Amino acid sequence: MSTDELLALADRVVVQAKPGEQVEAFVSRDIETEVRVYEGEVEHFVSAQSEGIGIRIIRDGCTGFAYAGTLDPSAIADVLAEARDNVEFGTRDEWAGLAEPDGVDVVAQELWNETLASFPTDRKIEFAKELERMTLAVDSRIRVDESSYADGAVESAVATNTGIRRSGRENGCYVSVGTLATEGDEIQSGFGFSVGRSPEEFDIAKAAREASDRATRLLGATQPASRRVTVVLDPYVTAMFLAVISSTLNGEAVAKGRSLFKDRLGDQVANPLVTLVDDPTNPLAYTATDLDGEGLAARRNSLIDAGVLQAFVHNSYSARRAGARSTGNAVRGGFKGTPGVGCLALQLQPGTRDQATLIADIDDGVLVQSVQGLHSGVNSISGDFSVGASGFLINNGTVGAPIREFTIASTLQRMLLDVAEIGNDVDWLPMSAAGVTIAIRDVTLSGA
Amino acid sequence: MIEQDLLQRVLAAAVRTGADFAEVYAEDKRSTSVGLDDGRVEQVTSGRDRGAGIRVIKGDTTGFAHTADLSEAGLRAAAEVAAAAASQGDGVSRTIALTRSPERIVSPVTQYPDEVRKADKVALLLRMNDTARAAGGSIVQVSAGYGDSRKHVLIANTDGVWATDEQVRTLIRITAVADGDSGMQTGAQSAGHTMGFEMFNQLDVDELARDAARQALTKLKARPAPSGALPVVIKQGSGGVLFHEACGHGLEADAIVKGASVYQGKRGELVASPLVTLVDDGTMTGEWGAIAFDDEGHASQYNVLIENGVLTDYMWDYLRARNEGRVPSGNGRRQSYQHIPMVRMTNTYVLNGHEDPDDIVRATDYGVYVAKLGGGSVNPASGDFVFGMTEAYLIENGEITEPLRESNLMGNGPQVLNDIDLLGNDFAMGNPGTCGKDGQGVPVGDGQPTLRVKSLTIGGTAA
Repeated sequence: MSTDELLALADRVVVQAKPGEQVEAFVSRDIETEVRVYEGEVEHFVSAQSEGIGIRIIRDGCTGFAYAGTLDPSAIADVLAEARDNVEFGTRDEWAGLAEPDGVDVVAQELWNETLASFPTDRKIEFAKELERMTLAVDSRIRVDESSYADGAVESAVATNTGIRRSGRENGCYVSVGTLATEGDEIQSGFGFSVGRSPEEFDIAKAAREASDRATRLLGATQPASRRVTVVLDPYVTAMFLAVISSTLNGEAVAKGRSLFKDRLGDQVANPLVTLVDDPTNPLAYTATDLDGEGLAARRNSLIDAGVLQAFVHNSYSARRAGARSTGNAVRGGFKGTPGVGCLALQLQPGTRDQATLIADIDDGVLVQSVQGLHSGVNSISGDFSVGASGFLINNGTVGAPIREFTIASTLQRMLLDVAEIGNDVDWLPMSAAGVTIAIRDVTLSGA
Repeated sequence: MIEQDLLQRVLAAAVRTGADFAEVYAEDKRSTSVGLDDGRVEQVTSGRDRGAGIRVIKGDTTGFAHTADLSEAGLRAAAEVAAAAASQGDGVSRTIALTRSPERIVSPVTQYPDEVRKADKVALLLRMNDTARAAGGSIVQVSAGYGDSRKHVLIANTDGVWATDEQVRTLIRITAVADGDSGMQTGAQSAGHTMGFEMFNQLDVDELARDAARQALTKLKARPAPSGALPVVIKQGSGGVLFHEACGHGLEADAIVKGASVYQGKRGELVASPLVTLVDDGTMTGEWGAIAFDDEGHASQYNVLIENGVLTDYMWDYLRARNEGRVPSGNGRRQSYQHIPMVRMTNTYVLNGHEDPDDIVRATDYGVYVAKLGGGSVNPASGDFVFGMTEAYLIENGEITEPLRESNLMGNGPQVLNDIDLLGNDFAMGNPGTCGKDGQGVPVGDGQPTLRVKSLTIGGTAA
């Protein structure tokens, strides 16, 4: 089924709107391949196809929703009937409503790659095997517990009787490898990956080297003593940190009083070094896109400028509540849900120095290679921040011994103000934020 | 859902190219969820998921494909894709004879959720919202959710296994936000069982709401958690996630066979304090991780993993058990028909010890009392794990004193299992959980009596 056919299907639902109803149909179809290799043989090969429809109806400020994991016509009729029935149980909300065309032009993006779409299966398998071989060749202490190739393609369409009518398709692929480094009784693990719109963009050698280094570098790691230090976050860790920060900039959380920055627009909330934009129109961003989850044009939004809070991100609902316009930040996790609000492609404005130069100025610090427990020890409402970590000591400007089994803690509010430097090493990771090295002073390290 | 003849034809087609094993897993699931936030019922959602996953194994290679089309044509097409992925070549024609497993009911249901009016489900949330807000003027926001599902499952394979099951789950949760001079704090509670709407005959939803509000209000007065290693007392029913993370994942056979676990080769060895007997129990009636059959059609079991500190066995799925020449332990689970099964936990818990829980606190001069844990995660290779404490207090001179702000606790699995030095006699199961592994989430339960760990790293900011 082509994107045109998906859109036609959505149209056929929308025209069934009754007087007084707003109706939205979101239809998608995706195809995924995953190959996992172990010891030179294919461990599993998954070929997955799924499709489905979600229908949202709003009447008199009340919302109902239903979905089905099929595009069978009789199932679609059931979904529409269920969504309509569910409206009866919603509470009236004066701001409820679907998106409407806002005149913002779509910035075209190249999200579809024909080479990938017709890439032969045996070469996909070969990528996973090659990555395993190259990783094993880096270091004799390394074993590989899984090496994978995966790709996915999704086509979707959204239509409403408020004038939204959009469709698109996108594909991408990655290879990843998990490693175990062994010395005596000790095992440390690592990972490496490479992503692309097409397999031709893979850097297999780099993925192999990183996967090996991440594991072997930690061999012999000890637990550091508790103290306050400057922490340097590796680009990968920074990207995860930014994803946490983004939930405080969510217009829906602000409207519901759940953001710690709710009353702070125009305030200095971060160090003046911090300039943060959400820009899904930047083609370098892995999560670059042309449309948001409601079918509005994705756009560049400045969120923090020289430390001053400039704006929150919105979908149509949170914007209406805030008396603002949607910033094109509706986020939809597929056909099984209605759009929420979220940042699409965050980026910190980079500094001028690379990681090594930045570290050279630090007397006592910690370089954090990975963190654990962002979902369990970080509360974006209170701002409490505490995560498990592993990495390296920084002594007199040089990176030293590996350390593990420690936590780093502060609050999100303080960490933004305590940013000491941002590196120039922007890394476009497969996440909703770009990575870049940052140094944050006065963070509590808990260890032995 | 699918007739016996058709299943046999599809399985035969799946092994025609010479595969050793083929399996059909089909599901038909209806679900309802309700979300309340900011004083409003934002949305009732109805969902329908229906389809089949077909797995074909040849040698060490697994092929898998799934389809939402349960017709013969749809199933055969998926079988061909899975078979081609697993093997190429000429096979032999095999006849498949399925033997229906006797019906097995672990969690009986009396009030199916799809037979309950939506208005009754909505009313529960409105009531919890009112109760939580009535707990104090500092409660500034409440969100609550209700979810139920009824899933029919069919599993058949070329070994002749043919099992059907009906899985019913009901869940309710609430989060309250309190605002004070020191900023905002949150409190949360949830309950979930493999039961229908009769769950609410025994469950006091007002109590859940009051407890969530109480946690948030208490934490307004909380001071930063300590930084560094201290003794930690974990309240009954709140710390099962400790064992899930500290050793559960490391006892899953897929990690063991690849040498990716610190527990590899340790069967028969003392791996924990002799106080610890750890069980994974899929048969625990009504609990969130209870199943009649696992997602490979094998009956769920009560499996002792650690007995008096000695590692007795790992958890097994079909594939890993077959390669070891043993029977599976009923731990092959998957998120849905779109997913490959893996070794997963069910309800994982520690059996009672002998101490009075109050004595455990009294025996602790200075430490942390954890009344509620959030999620956690582990690196099974190194054994390093974290878990979040969402409600915790300082213990001073054997007494529970001031509330602490949220932070993570960190430890190393094998070390922490040895460091359990006091174990209570007040066993309780904890909140319903979702365990994530390789991108798949499955419902799990955990539980434990009040216990003390001699030393864990508290990831706070106070000196």
